[in-house]
Amino acid sequence: MKNPFRGDLEKSASERVTSMLFVLLVSSFFLLPIIWLLLAPFDDQPTYRLKLTDPGFGNFRELADNPYAYRSLVNSAVFSMGTGLVIILIGAPAAYVLSRVRFKGRDVFLYFLLLFSSVVSGSAAMVPLFLLALRFNILDTYHGVIFILAGGLLPAAIFILKDFTDSLPRSYEESAKIFGASSYRILRDIVVPVIRPGLAVIFVWAFVQSWGNFLIPFIIIRDVNKQPAAVMMYSFYNEAGDAVIRSVAAFGLLYTIPVLLMYLYVNRKYGFRFYGGIKG
Amino acid sequence: MSRVNIKGITKVFPNGVRALDNLDLEIKDGEFFALLGPSGCGKTTLLRTLGGLESATDGHILIDDNDVTRTSAGDRNVAMVFQDYALYPHMNVQENIEYPLKIRKYPKEDREERVRKAATALSIENLLDRRPGQISGGQQQRVAVARAMATTPNLYLFDEPLSNLDARLRLEARSFLKQLQRELGVTTILVTHDQSEALALADRMAVMELGKIRQVGSPVEFFHRPANIFVASFIGSTPMNLLEGKILGKTISIGSFSFDLAQQSAAALAQGEQVTLGVRPEYVQVTNSAGPGVFSGVVRITENLGTHYLVLIDAEGLIVRGTVPDGSEPKIGEMIHFRPDPDRILIYNTTSGDLI
Repeated sequence: MKNPFRGDLEKSASERVTSMLFVLLVSSFFLLPIIWLLLAPFDDQPTYRLKLTDPGFGNFRELADNPYAYRSLVNSAVFSMGTGLVIILIGAPAAYVLSRVRFKGRDVFLYFLLLFSSVVSGSAAMVPLFLLALRFNILDTYHGVIFILAGGLLPAAIFILKDFTDSLPRSYEESAKIFGASSYRILRDIVVPVIRPGLAVIFVWAFVQSWGNFLIPFIIIRDVNKQPAAVMMYSFYNEAGDAVIRSVAAFGLLYTIPVLLMYLYVNRKYGFRFYGGIKG
Repeated sequence: MSRVNIKGITKVFPNGVRALDNLDLEIKDGEFFALLGPSGCGKTTLLRTLGGLESATDGHILIDDNDVTRTSAGDRNVAMVFQDYALYPHMNVQENIEYPLKIRKYPKEDREERVRKAATALSIENLLDRRPGQISGGQQQRVAVARAMATTPNLYLFDEPLSNLDARLRLEARSFLKQLQRELGVTTILVTHDQSEALALADRMAVMELGKIRQVGSPVEFFHRPANIFVASFIGSTPMNLLEGKILGKTISIGSFSFDLAQQSAAALAQGEQVTLGVRPEYVQVTNSAGPGVFSGVVRITENLGTHYLVLIDAEGLIVRGTVPDGSEPKIGEMIHFRPDPDRILIYNTTSGDLI
């Protein structure tokens, strides 16, 4: 078998053409829906084909007539921002302690964190989660959704943030300590600024996860005024039960933009990099 | 400028490791003191305990007669330079040097004055607006020293500050540190595992093993009269000859070789006692004939040390090292005679390891 990871120089011309064609084929498969998402919202009579007839903003104006459509985007922002904040506020201190304090059973604890991270917000836990929400009287509330979403994401967030914190040399904190800095100042002046890119990455990750989550708000939220965009999308049907492509397309585009902006902002500000220690 | 008095310091870690074992040490005002030892001997733990990063399980630390054993790190007015320098990557050099001063609430003008003075003393004035990641290892080290200096501490603690530098830079930084310490006159404690660093820098030094101090003294004392076999084998750029034998009459007999004892040691030793003869290769010279007080053997290895050759002979199964001036080195396989300088022979008790 040929090694697909060989350098380009080693490949013959025909090999290169074949691999290029293959890459084109695969990428066009993923590119087509994205192109559709860019064209269909502005098409007067959109179908599932790639076309653009009578371009205009009619679809968006029609969407505005739906009293819940734009409001659902605001709701989504509340859920996602809230979840991101809860994750950072709880996850970062937890990760810091797990990174710095070695206690009995820490590694087992971390292992279970990772194991449970995929269970809690999954559909397997749906019924217990609903019952819990009912007992705690947080059904149909913003904070109910935020707590459940954050609870599901926290284990993985703590695990990843602990890794970020591990790569922060202890000597940074110790040198500040010898100079007389209090624990609070060490956290504020040294730890948080150095791991800030890690915090940003986790915030964006939590934001995106919550933004795209359908199941949790679908079962927790009753009031249509509090519905997030992911659930809203599900309601674009006409009386005959067919999807209203005009609304789906326009709403789909609006739904994508905040996430894209978020990525661009963080990438620009932090470049998804991490300082770590300095080597001489 | 401070005296440091360490009395019966013991540190036991939660996992039961006894890193410092009832250790006493006195460091004089303005002294450059080196703590030397193999890894795991407790030298870094001792330094961290002095700095307040570890709390002692037992014993007392006195700085200028003030008991600081339970004083928090920030209130001891000591400065530590870490092995990795611990410069904050998100602050530039100026901010790094200024940070401790900010914590201590110095007024802005005072801070700037101190940063400027420290930066000038270490010739890093032109780097003030750079980030630590943008300067070389040697420059980072100077920034770390400048940051410590700007706080005008009573005591400097250096944790292997030279080990992250490459060999050539290390020699430069070494002379520089020594000169700086002389000028400032501040008591300085340096931890190192590199004996040449300790010998070159320190006014006095201590060698540690397993949480205990094995010898304290000046570098010259260490070189000429190591107090025990451990120190003898640890100190010196070429390994010391340590040969086991026993007392026979007024001589030590090692295999078929014998060496006269000096008067005072002869009196202190019992017949048949097991002893170890120690002599540095630098004090072993070639002589013309075999006889008492001479090792005869076949040359196995010669190593060029620049002005001298280190010659290793096989004397009836004993490995003996000596030095020969450049140009007169013997050939491999040649039979030669090595005569240790009788005044430089050290005799150790083989069981206790102590110098007699």
